[in-house]
Amino acid sequence: MTVHNIRHGDASDGALAEAVGGRLSRVDGPAKITGAAKYAVEQQLEGLAYAVLVESTIASGKVRAIDTAQAEAAPGVLKVLTPDTIISLRTASDWFGTPPPDKPYCPLARDITFSGQHVAAVVAETFEQAVTAAALVKVSYDETPAIVDLSDGKAGDGIPIDAMTKEWGDAPAAFAAAPVRICAAYNTPREYQAPMEPHGLIARWEGDQLTVWEPSQWLDGMARTYAEWFEVPFENVRLVSPYIGGGFGSKALALSHGAVAASAAKMLGRPVKLVMTRPQTFTGYGGRAATRQTVTIGADHDGVIQSIVHRGVNETSIDGMWVEPLGSVTSIMYATPNFSSKQNVVRVNSVVPGAMRAPGENPSAFGIESAIDELAYEVGIDPLEIRLRNYAEQDPHAKKAWSTRQLREAFAAGAERFGWARRSPKPRSMRDGNQLIGWGVAAGTYPVRRAYGEAIVRILADGSVEVESSSIDMGQGTYTILAQTAAETVGVPADNVVVKLGDSRFPRAGVTGGSRLAGVMTGAVYKAATSALDQLVGLAISDPRSPFHALQANTLVVANGRIGSPRGDGPDVTIAELLKSVGRDCIEATGDTMPANSTAEDRYKNYTTIAMALPHTEGDYSRHSWCAHFIEVRVDEDFGTVRVSRVVSALDSGRLYNPKLAESQWKGGIIMGIGQALLEEGIMDRRHGRIVNNNLADYLVPTNADIPDIDVISVGIPDLHSSVLGGKGVGELAIVGVAPAIANAVFHATGKRVRDLPITLEKLI
Amino acid sequence: MRDFSYLRAGSVDAARQAAALPGAMLLAGGTTLIDLAKCGVAEPDTLVDITHLKGLDRIDVNERGATIGALAKMGHVADHADIKSRFPAISEALWQAASAQIRNMATIGGNLMQRTRCPYFRDPANFSACNKREPGSGCSAIGGVTRGHAVLGTSEACIAMYPGDLATALVAFDATVHLGERRLLVDDFFLLPGTTPDREHAIKPGEMITAIEIPSSAAARRSTYLKIRDRQSYEFAAASAAVGIEFEADGRTIRDLRVALGGVATKPWRARAVEDALKGKVLEPETIRAASLLAVEGAVDHGANHYKIELAPRVVARAILKLGETA
Ligand SMILES: Cc1cc2nc3c(=O)[nH]c(=O)nc-3n(C[C@H](O)[C@H](O)[C@H](O)COP(=O)(O)OP(=O)(O)OC[C@H]3O[C@@H](n4cnc5c(N)ncnc54)[C@H](O)[C@@H]3O)c2cc1C
Ligand code: SF4
Repeated sequence: MTVHNIRHGDASDGALAEAVGGRLSRVDGPAKITGAAKYAVEQQLEGLAYAVLVESTIASGKVRAIDTAQAEAAPGVLKVLTPDTIISLRTASDWFGTPPPDKPYCPLARDITFSGQHVAAVVAETFEQAVTAAALVKVSYDETPAIVDLSDGKAGDGIPIDAMTKEWGDAPAAFAAAPVRICAAYNTPREYQAPMEPHGLIARWEGDQLTVWEPSQWLDGMARTYAEWFEVPFENVRLVSPYIGGGFGSKALALSHGAVAASAAKMLGRPVKLVMTRPQTFTGYGGRAATRQTVTIGADHDGVIQSIVHRGVNETSIDGMWVEPLGSVTSIMYATPNFSSKQNVVRVNSVVPGAMRAPGENPSAFGIESAIDELAYEVGIDPLEIRLRNYAEQDPHAKKAWSTRQLREAFAAGAERFGWARRSPKPRSMRDGNQLIGWGVAAGTYPVRRAYGEAIVRILADGSVEVESSSIDMGQGTYTILAQTAAETVGVPADNVVVKLGDSRFPRAGVTGGSRLAGVMTGAVYKAATSALDQLVGLAISDPRSPFHALQANTLVVANGRIGSPRGDGPDVTIAELLKSVGRDCIEATGDTMPANSTAEDRYKNYTTIAMALPHTEGDYSRHSWCAHFIEVRVDEDFGTVRVSRVVSALDSGRLYNPKLAESQWKGGIIMGIGQALLEEGIMDRRHGRIVNNNLADYLVPTNADIPDIDVISVGIPDLHSSVLGGKGVGELAIVGVAPAIANAVFHATGKRVRDLPITLEKLI
Repeated sequence: MRDFSYLRAGSVDAARQAAALPGAMLLAGGTTLIDLAKCGVAEPDTLVDITHLKGLDRIDVNERGATIGALAKMGHVADHADIKSRFPAISEALWQAASAQIRNMATIGGNLMQRTRCPYFRDPANFSACNKREPGSGCSAIGGVTRGHAVLGTSEACIAMYPGDLATALVAFDATVHLGERRLLVDDFFLLPGTTPDREHAIKPGEMITAIEIPSSAAARRSTYLKIRDRQSYEFAAASAAVGIEFEADGRTIRDLRVALGGVATKPWRARAVEDALKGKVLEPETIRAASLLAVEGAVDHGANHYKIELAPRVVARAILKLGETA
């Protein structure tokens, strides 16, 4: 029964604001602006106690002793937790669900592997008492020399990650034979997600039931970790996370501070709140790993690439493993007959790095998109033209057709809007007084990650529609696009749809990461809503009490909350009236995007691990989002200060479920990319192995004054190989390629090639 | 919990008496003090709130100069029409400082008294050595992260940079600080670190800043504050210059010149060598650039802050030339 038809027009399909593809404003906006939106740690609970962490002040060594006497005697203190006094937990599996070693887990460390590691915690009646007592905990250490960063002499070459090796042809030989050769090293520093809302949680035990209010990009995955730590069934853990004040990848996993708070709550039999201080957010979990890459390109005199040899290194912690896939863009952006990419990771005394907007693709693009720019100057070809000459017509690595690749369209649309044709090719040839002007271009890409989602859609007695899912909204617009999807599918105004997210008791969802959520969840809601609609129309046709019963129709139309016959003859009633007449107060349907024969075990794995996610090259196609950034910078020739004065980006995210929200996501990514290019860097005291700019006055992110108007153009077309409704990834795409576009523009402006981010003034002075 | 008492002073005298007691500190806008209390640097036993004192937020401008009460807000002073027209450098120094939110809270008295941003000074839990915090304990910055540290006025005991913008402009125009009856040139109010970096100001226990006074001058009227930094807004200066200029009747020969540097020194830094070199000279780019190099005479870098030595003279030169263009 087809009662309606999803529009499959171009990406911004100009639909009604309320339908999928329409520019509906964020439905959660008013609650956030007025302060009505309650964030996880704002819950008021009876008997709440407060925990404050004590962190290591050395980067490497052992805790010799912890003197808690003074802290314990301080007013209001309920408990001082140390490795000796905290309850023992079990090690949990990693995010692939790999069975963990059968050994205890202690979130407080005796062996220190980085500065800022949690060594103790104080729980008190009030936050202030806990802060004061935490300062009274005296920790003594036996210190050993630390490996502070990748450039440390003790760091070595690291561990080869064979799974990252990508090779075809004979890249070294082809490089040696190429008439034009370039080779350069590109470095990115430690960067931090710096969400506005710091990490924290409230944990409460009732018997062996644990409730955790915590900002989370992955309720079901984090619930699994808590369950495994405390050896309780998965169903006993409830995660609640209705709003999230930014995550950027940092809120997808249960972290050691969560284990501390939940342990404290269990030990005290009281709910416990723990919120990280801003400085703790720099060491309590990982930001983006520092990376180094060398890119060598062999080409002919026309700039046609013959060979790419790429070597990458990223840092990881002493006892954790983080691989930032540095060859991910290198291996697919350009056609080359010969290719070799390998990667090592190097252990340093740092917290284990983590996911930050476009992990892998982001630094990878800084390497290859800078290198191709260098090649362009070397052979004297326009940087845009050289990209078109080496355009990959299919995935050069997977050797599969692209599902869709509107990158050529992106280059064309961006260049046209930017006025690229007016660019004067020589470096230092454009200026305005003391300002050297530079124009740079770079491309970006992000794979379409696909996983599974579930949703319940209910049509309620008053004719309104309710959607429930344990997926989340961290500002990207899940509430809004799911309201649009349900509204359009059922045929009600979006105002009449209530979306409930952020509770692990709701139908399940995988991680909100890798830009997969929108594609997955619109699919699940679409399916659930279709089936609810089918039930509704079925009832209307077949129930003897229905006003439509006599009509003997085989279908009906639901639009704007009313039901009628397709030809407009016969009755026309509201959904509420129909439900009343047939004596029902609710219609409920579940939808999911899992394969048909999934077992209960599959379902658990689908939602609590990332092991089941579909590869983006599954089947016949290689699926990616694409973008091209055109950026103008102004560099003061005396001061070396770089200001971005114009950005035009053309992006292919497939079909946009809500262009307004997608544009905001893209602009947010570009803004973050400007910060990465010009400002962001964890600054290390190499004697202490400690990041010293661990606050938002000293770790600089862009302000409004740093950001010009940003012009984004959607060049996507619906890609049904990528998702049920035709969208590809949005959230991470746009940051990829911004930093190299800026570095390329800086070179064009100044003739100086900066290969170490960020491009601060002393590098240009 | 670390208890402290909070006292709302009823008069300037009451505030001064209360603040003279050991462990007592004046509280104005709180944007420095509360921050430092959170870092564990400031541990007052008594906070003497002066924000309610009447009459201390006045801004009076007349022919002789401007008198600005200690409790005037940074934002108000920056926007004041007479300050803008007669002391543009003062207004510009203020509106380029901190953020709009902070400028709406922060006072002029508190602004002068703001502390260094040296990361080691601000993190006692991790870095116990800091001569400014704990005399004799050593200096963690030397040999560490020094990108933001001073290149002028440093000592072996301390290389912390004075981060304020306003005081840099004040020192250029011979402003005085009113400590009740006692008056001090701003230049004398700030102390070099020497062997006592914990002593930053010539203020005595029981004294309080009541106002600042800036004498009128032609140079102040034609003045500007140029602040250079990586981030366009809400960042302390990598280097800044407060410059005022007065020309002879020909509009090209420099009669009077005032130059002060920010972001590069341990205190607001008057660059008299540049002034002396250029007084009586005709404004020519080459002359200006050459003389501006004198601004960093005697500068000593500590590695990562070397760029300041190159940057500061360029900032000075640009500011002078910019004022010349408007002649
Ligand atoms: C993130 C950030 C960025 C900033 N950026 C800049 C910048 O770019 N440029 C810049 O110049 N400043 C900057 N500031 C500093 C800011 O201007 C100061 O914090 C502010 O001016 C202090 O004023 P207040 O009234 O809040 O002082 P308070 O915090 O109340 O007091 C500061 C100190 O002064 C003392 N004090 C206050 N009033 C008096 C008085 N009348 N007499 C004697 N002692 C007194 C207090 O006891 C205290 O020790 C920044 C601050 C922050 C937090
Ligand atoms: S530079 Fe001064 S403030 Fe910084 S650590 Fe050294 S003594 Fe302390």
